[in-house]
Amino acid sequence: MEYLQLFFFYLVALVAIVAGFCVISCKNPINSAISLVMTFFCLAIFYVMLHAPFMAAIQIMVYAGAIMVLIIFVMMLLNQGAEVIARYRHAVIGAFVAAALMMVQIIVLIKQGAVSATVGPISSDVIETVGHTELIGQALFTDFLLPFEIASILLLVAIVGAVVLAKREV
Amino acid sequence: MYDKLWLIPLFPFVGFLINGLLGKKIKNEKVIGAIGTLAIFSSFVVSCKYFLQLLEDSNKVHEVVVTSWMSVGQLQVDWGLLLDPLSALMIMNVTGLATLITFYSIGYMHGEEGYFRFFSYLNLFSFAMLMLVLGSNALVMFVGWEGVGLCSYLLIGYYYEKKSASDAGKKAFVVNRVGDFGFLLGLFLLFWSLGQKGVWTIRFTEIAANAHLLENGGLIVTIITLCFFLGATGKSAQIPLYTWLPDAMEGPTPVSALIHAATMVTAGVYMIARMNGLFAMAPDTMMVIAIVGGATALFAATIGLAQNDIKRVLAYSTVSQLGYMFLAMGVGAFTAGIFHLLTHAFFKACLFLGSGSVIHGMHHAYHHAHLDDDPQDMRNMGGLRKKMPITFYTFLFSTLAISGIPFFSAFFSKDEILWWSLSSTRGHWALWLMGALAALMTAFYMFRLVFMTFFGEQKTDARAKDHIPESPLVITLPLMILAALATFGGLMGVPHVLGQYIGHFPNAIENFLAPIFEHTQHLHHIEAHGAAATEFTFMGISVGIAVVGIGLAWLMYCKKPQLPGLIVAKFPALHRAIYNKWYIDEFYDAMVVNPTKKLGTTLWLIFDVRLVDGLVNGVAWVVKGSGRALRYTQTGYTHNYAMSMVAGVVAIIAIYVFN
Amino acid sequence: MITITHYMVLSAILFSMGTVGVLTRRNAIVVFMCVELMLNSVNLTFIALSSHLGNMDGQIFVFFIMTVAAAEAAVGLALMIAYFRNRESIDVEEFSLLKW
Repeated sequence: MEYLQLFFFYLVALVAIVAGFCVISCKNPINSAISLVMTFFCLAIFYVMLHAPFMAAIQIMVYAGAIMVLIIFVMMLLNQGAEVIARYRHAVIGAFVAAALMMVQIIVLIKQGAVSATVGPISSDVIETVGHTELIGQALFTDFLLPFEIASILLLVAIVGAVVLAKREV
Repeated sequence: MYDKLWLIPLFPFVGFLINGLLGKKIKNEKVIGAIGTLAIFSSFVVSCKYFLQLLEDSNKVHEVVVTSWMSVGQLQVDWGLLLDPLSALMIMNVTGLATLITFYSIGYMHGEEGYFRFFSYLNLFSFAMLMLVLGSNALVMFVGWEGVGLCSYLLIGYYYEKKSASDAGKKAFVVNRVGDFGFLLGLFLLFWSLGQKGVWTIRFTEIAANAHLLENGGLIVTIITLCFFLGATGKSAQIPLYTWLPDAMEGPTPVSALIHAATMVTAGVYMIARMNGLFAMAPDTMMVIAIVGGATALFAATIGLAQNDIKRVLAYSTVSQLGYMFLAMGVGAFTAGIFHLLTHAFFKACLFLGSGSVIHGMHHAYHHAHLDDDPQDMRNMGGLRKKMPITFYTFLFSTLAISGIPFFSAFFSKDEILWWSLSSTRGHWALWLMGALAALMTAFYMFRLVFMTFFGEQKTDARAKDHIPESPLVITLPLMILAALATFGGLMGVPHVLGQYIGHFPNAIENFLAPIFEHTQHLHHIEAHGAAATEFTFMGISVGIAVVGIGLAWLMYCKKPQLPGLIVAKFPALHRAIYNKWYIDEFYDAMVVNPTKKLGTTLWLIFDVRLVDGLVNGVAWVVKGSGRALRYTQTGYTHNYAMSMVAGVVAIIAIYVFN
Repeated sequence: MITITHYMVLSAILFSMGTVGVLTRRNAIVVFMCVELMLNSVNLTFIALSSHLGNMDGQIFVFFIMTVAAAEAAVGLALMIAYFRNRESIDVEEFSLLKW
């Protein structure tokens, strides 16, 4: 059972990584976008495996649904063809080197560090009896009420800002 | 009762603001002049009210704190005003004369460029002078002290496009700096040494009350008072710092009358009177003051003998008269000094304004005839008494006053000084001799001036001579008022010996000032001794001296006009020395000014050009070079910036990884 | 057994890939998508740690990150439209007005 789980994890991780690679390498932005949706789905699967079904749901709805649709709309609106990959080869090489260096460093850091054992009260049993959505809701409307309200203002500002920016004449 | 005292300096300050800020817009000369005169006149009215109130009051010392200024450690300074008999006399003097002279200026300055500037400066000067005399502590006095110095500089350099005028302004300012430096040092030392005795104060009333804490006649008190006296020599044009005052005549004549005769130059005398308790404790300083005063009186009088510029004669006369006041201060006759200060303000203001009236007329005539002669040169005048009768008579009365003719004002004040210089416990016959000789010369050069200007043949250029008018009423009215004051002003200080013969006529000024000086004089044994007969004898001698002086002048400049030429021919070296002011300016140039200049130039070439400029330019050069090199990193491409960010993140993580 | 380390290494890989995309791609929308990829990798870390520690805070954080990402998407895309309208292009290499 455990091996099966691990096998499943590696499978999904592989899909996520391949899709991610497609995002950064496809010449056609639409293909990049579709690959990104694929990555989002893989992450949603991980969220379910991590006993966070609500997060998985909004991952699919907000990211894969709303945001990606918005991006694809804009792409169609601007009607950009396939792009030429960066003019300066040494810049591309430099980017790869820097990112690889960063990845190696982070992984070293993860290996070096020791994550503490379980400290909080939320175990998978609690989530199953109470329900994930209710737990999120409780946290959101008690401890994080102020940030929640501020987030609503942020969204309002973003809406207004988007309208103002995208309008032809202000 | 006295809480509105701050109105007195406020009015001229408001006048200064209005004329200074809006004068250029107003343009109308009458309005500007009216504002200036009204401002100082209001102040005069308020001063009169408080003066009369103080006369009635039994309590003679009133201190009004307007607001707190600063509080630093032990030092508490308020914007405080002090009204006592001394400052009351001074504010009457300042506001009264300033009113007359501002009024006079309306006519005199007519048509000058920067009319509003002149009036705003005059009001600013009045404000500063009133702060000086009313200040209840040494720091407020110092604000006024510096303020009048500034106004003096501005007004001497009023015709700033004329090089000699702007140079004279600078000279006055720099020479005064030397004195101010002494004033400040004295103030610091006084504050510190009183503080050592447990009294941290710079308020005059407290200084007077606590002066006894210092050692009587000790070194500290002598140094303090000498420092203050250095300040006084600068402001009041005494040896060795008198050289700026004759040059200050480059300013317009009303300025010479107000600042350089009647008010500002007497600030040093006032300051010594204000701190009389301190000065009386330092006999050595008093001796220095008396000697310097007497020497200045004599020395300046000798220079006055041979000058040809009408204003310069008056300038040296002012220096000489100020010497008298210091002589009085030095022998402990504070009342006599202040008395002479007042009478001198009357007759000298009148003389200056009279000379202004003459210059005005001469200028008018030359202008009419399109000539470019010097309207101040007495050799071009003569016979003006027919042309300008009012100016002549007012001038004559003032000249009689300054010469010490009986019952004119300076007769009383000068005689009192001479009497004290002989009879005071701190007096000496040598001091009296200096004073008496100076009186002789004063009578001589003043009547020389009158004879050369108003009598004899008219020596003006023929084209201009018929166009010299009498000045308008706006100029002659102040002259008449001042001449009346110069004539009768002495009655406020009739000496006791004379007073008792004419029905117990009181010495009003002495009684009035008694609360301030009485204490000091009894405490320190400064009093006159001598019989009434002796006093009468010396009074007679001084009258005789005056008459001799006048007679000599008459002989040389009316009876036998060839006589001066003969004398000059006989003593050419002496005449050249006097005419060139004993070469004192040249001496100072060689001893002080040029070495300082040389030092400045050397420092400039070494420190400024090489070190300071080098540093500044070096910094600029480094910044420029590094900027030029670094700007290539600013490609403008978003990718490059993002790349730098990533590099930064990598570096930060590296710190964690390798730690 | 899937440990927390698995998730974090995966997250690191995805994050680095996103970085490469941001640094090399020239189409502004693709750059934007790469940023979203980076954000998502961080979200994964948050949720993994939250579930490991038995604490809801990490998930709440993700919730807010999503909110901000949505707002960012709206404003960012509006900016691109406005920019495209002016320059007929959303090529990042033409965004070079910051130059000396």
